[in-house]
Amino acid sequence: MSEYLLQMKDIYKSFNHIYVLKGVSLNIRPGTVHALMGENGAGKSTLMKCLFGIYKRDSGEVIYNDEHVDIKNAKDALQKGIAMVHQELQPIPERDIAENIFCGRYPLKQVGPIKVIDHKKMHEEADKFLKEVGLNCSSTTKLGELSVSQMQSVEIAKAVSADAKLIILDEPTSSLTENEVELLFNIINKLRKKGVAFIYISHKMEEILKISDEVTIMRDGTYVGTWKASELTTDLIIKHMVGRELTNRFPKRENKPGEVVFKVEHYTSPNKKSFQDVSFELRRGEILGIGGLVGAQRTELMEGIFGIRDKIDGTMSFKGAELVVKRPRDAIVKGLALLTEDRRATGIFGVLSVSDNVGIASLDKYLDYGIVLNHKKLKLVVDENIKKMNIKTPNNDTPIQYLSGGNQQKVIIGRWLANAPDVLILDEPTRGIDVGAKYEIYCIIADLAKQGKSIIMISSEMPELLGMSDRVMVMCEGRLTGILDGKEATQEKVLELATKFM
Amino acid sequence: MAKQTLTEKEGKKLMNEQSPMNPSFVQKRKLVHLIKDNIIALLLVVLVLFVGFTQKNFFSFANLINTVSNVTPRFIIALGVSGALIIRGTDLSAGRAVGLAGVLSCTLLQRNDYADKFFGADFTAPETWWYVLGIALFVVFISMCFGLADGLIIANLKVPPFLATLGMQTVIYGIARVYSNAKPIGGLRSDYTSIATAPIFQIGTFNFKWLFLFALIGGIVFWFLYNMTRYGKYMYAIGGNENAAEVSGVNVKKSIIKIYALAGVMYGLAGFILAAKSGGASVNLGQGYELEAIAACTIGGVSTGGGVGKVSGILLGVLVFELLKTSMQYLGINSDWQQIVQGVVIIVAVAFDVRKYLKRS
Repeated sequence: MSEYLLQMKDIYKSFNHIYVLKGVSLNIRPGTVHALMGENGAGKSTLMKCLFGIYKRDSGEVIYNDEHVDIKNAKDALQKGIAMVHQELQPIPERDIAENIFCGRYPLKQVGPIKVIDHKKMHEEADKFLKEVGLNCSSTTKLGELSVSQMQSVEIAKAVSADAKLIILDEPTSSLTENEVELLFNIINKLRKKGVAFIYISHKMEEILKISDEVTIMRDGTYVGTWKASELTTDLIIKHMVGRELTNRFPKRENKPGEVVFKVEHYTSPNKKSFQDVSFELRRGEILGIGGLVGAQRTELMEGIFGIRDKIDGTMSFKGAELVVKRPRDAIVKGLALLTEDRRATGIFGVLSVSDNVGIASLDKYLDYGIVLNHKKLKLVVDENIKKMNIKTPNNDTPIQYLSGGNQQKVIIGRWLANAPDVLILDEPTRGIDVGAKYEIYCIIADLAKQGKSIIMISSEMPELLGMSDRVMVMCEGRLTGILDGKEATQEKVLELATKFM
Repeated sequence: MAKQTLTEKEGKKLMNEQSPMNPSFVQKRKLVHLIKDNIIALLLVVLVLFVGFTQKNFFSFANLINTVSNVTPRFIIALGVSGALIIRGTDLSAGRAVGLAGVLSCTLLQRNDYADKFFGADFTAPETWWYVLGIALFVVFISMCFGLADGLIIANLKVPPFLATLGMQTVIYGIARVYSNAKPIGGLRSDYTSIATAPIFQIGTFNFKWLFLFALIGGIVFWFLYNMTRYGKYMYAIGGNENAAEVSGVNVKKSIIKIYALAGVMYGLAGFILAAKSGGASVNLGQGYELEAIAACTIGGVSTGGGVGKVSGILLGVLVFELLKTSMQYLGINSDWQQIVQGVVIIVAVAFDVRKYLKRS
């Protein structure tokens, strides 16, 4: 019996003959949490997909429990005791917890000549596993009624129910609040003691250093190394990930907030649970951070301002004149821009080219005779953006879906900059983006503010919020609970305001 | 504890042999993809060559003209449907709209001396070209109204396009029956039928008919719309991601309405020329054409996932279908079997097409 539960040795994988994994190795000991780190595009997901048989590896071997294995699909993996909890959970919201846990392998009982699902046993078992992961719900609860963190617990319960020896957590905390992260860590610790191993994929350094035993770092599809977590620091990890030292996590800001350009007064959603009576002001060249927990209705407020959601009360003024927004177009022509939170759902046009993705919001600017699109003008804007923002793409015609998350984000920022807006609303601008690209996006934001653009930035990452904002506005349950000066804002003060009504 | 297991040399060797920097490798790869992506077109070329060299008269001007004549109305209908498909909708009312437009045209463009005139013996129409043109515009306008209604229903009432246009299909058919008493209409004026038969110019036995001009202009106008205007860019954007399009300032509702209205225009035009070509029309004119047009678009690379589709592809799709039919006729395959083959071709083509947009792995 070797000391490892899982060994992936020298894995190579190519797409269209371009190598994305170049000899990567990963060794997991039983009963440990093993963090897998690397920038977006480093090959972490590809490696996991090779493990799960979603992609077929070109070469290299996988040894699990001292046996050479070739896992065919997720079901096969689960039977072998390997489970994955995805970043974007894939639950069946209309069915109850028990069915979600046992989907595909329902306990059966014999009734006469046929086998039917044993609902009683299923619920009993499910309740047992829910208790094990510390979830206080009945297994008859519809999954759709749970919070994201509870759904995650259900996923883990599912893994436990299959007697998983190895659980892979892909960005498990990306949409959890701090309390929920604590709960998750408790579950992990409990299972770790029982001998379950975890592969923990995350960008969040603090968490990694807190929870993991060992850390493997990848860069550009290559294996950089494996370290004991106790030997590492945030700076060291970043250095290994990006291959250079990052002295500052945030760029120096040279913007000088000027006069008030944008005012929102008494904004109220028809939905009682959403934003209620929110008023704030935004200055020229200012970065206004918006903090709050998940569910604070920050995104909804911004979507209300941008005309995506309805409001029943409230007014806006922009440069002294009243601003009426019925649909996004009204806001855009007046000089507003909104970088949405969910890039895939409301940001990118996956099948369209980088060029089309940049141009779509500013087509009015490239017209000849008021109707014919001048592709040369469009190309100038696209090329300028690609250069200015250091977007890595094979060419302008590449469908955006083939770019990494960070580059996609930069393309969408480029889309808005092409319109030369005065107010940019950025909703979680660095979510799911690796460290290097994050820094680049911070630089872009700082630069825009310096040019006199006003920026509203929603962020759930405390360091980012505190590190980038001139002022921090905090919301809790749809209401504004306070606005802090950037210099005075601390994590404690923000959290206090963010939990004011809880 | 850190160890460098990257086999630098091995990796580099592999990278050099099979890298995008290696021109001979890239060319080979491009060729493979080119063949894979155009497999249907290639198979068709093989079929056409085979039929051409084994069957007499397949490679003749007469057959060419006949094929192009058949392609013209179908191409125009396919152009109409393509917009709806690109925005991930569909339009099942196309065929019946063509039928109504044909019936309308015929009733208004009968010979003044025809015995069984639709509007009775007392109805006489001016015998000038502008009257024909006026009727054409009128028919196209009526057809556009139905398209507009489709668009309004889909954009505002959020009825799924499949059902909205299925309903409209039945409504239009009913209207055509009520209007014409379900009687076939014939006895068309020669200045009307000549748009489908008369040549603009003639080289030897090759007649370049007026009819072809419609296809040519339709193709050019749509190419222009799809590539050179906001209309096209917005259409592709809506097909690519409707929510993102709205956020990016596209008036999605307005675009959807425009797209379906324009589709109506094309069905009106197709009905007008199809009736002229057939020398008459009944309520069953155009029946089932919507499915053929949808199939042709898909064969031509209009992706079922939305956001993708080119005018050249649509033309290719229509050609594939028509040449397939003609080839089978020349080979003497009985018409029931032809149906089966056409069905299989649709399925195979779409299966291949879907593969194109799956991430290659």
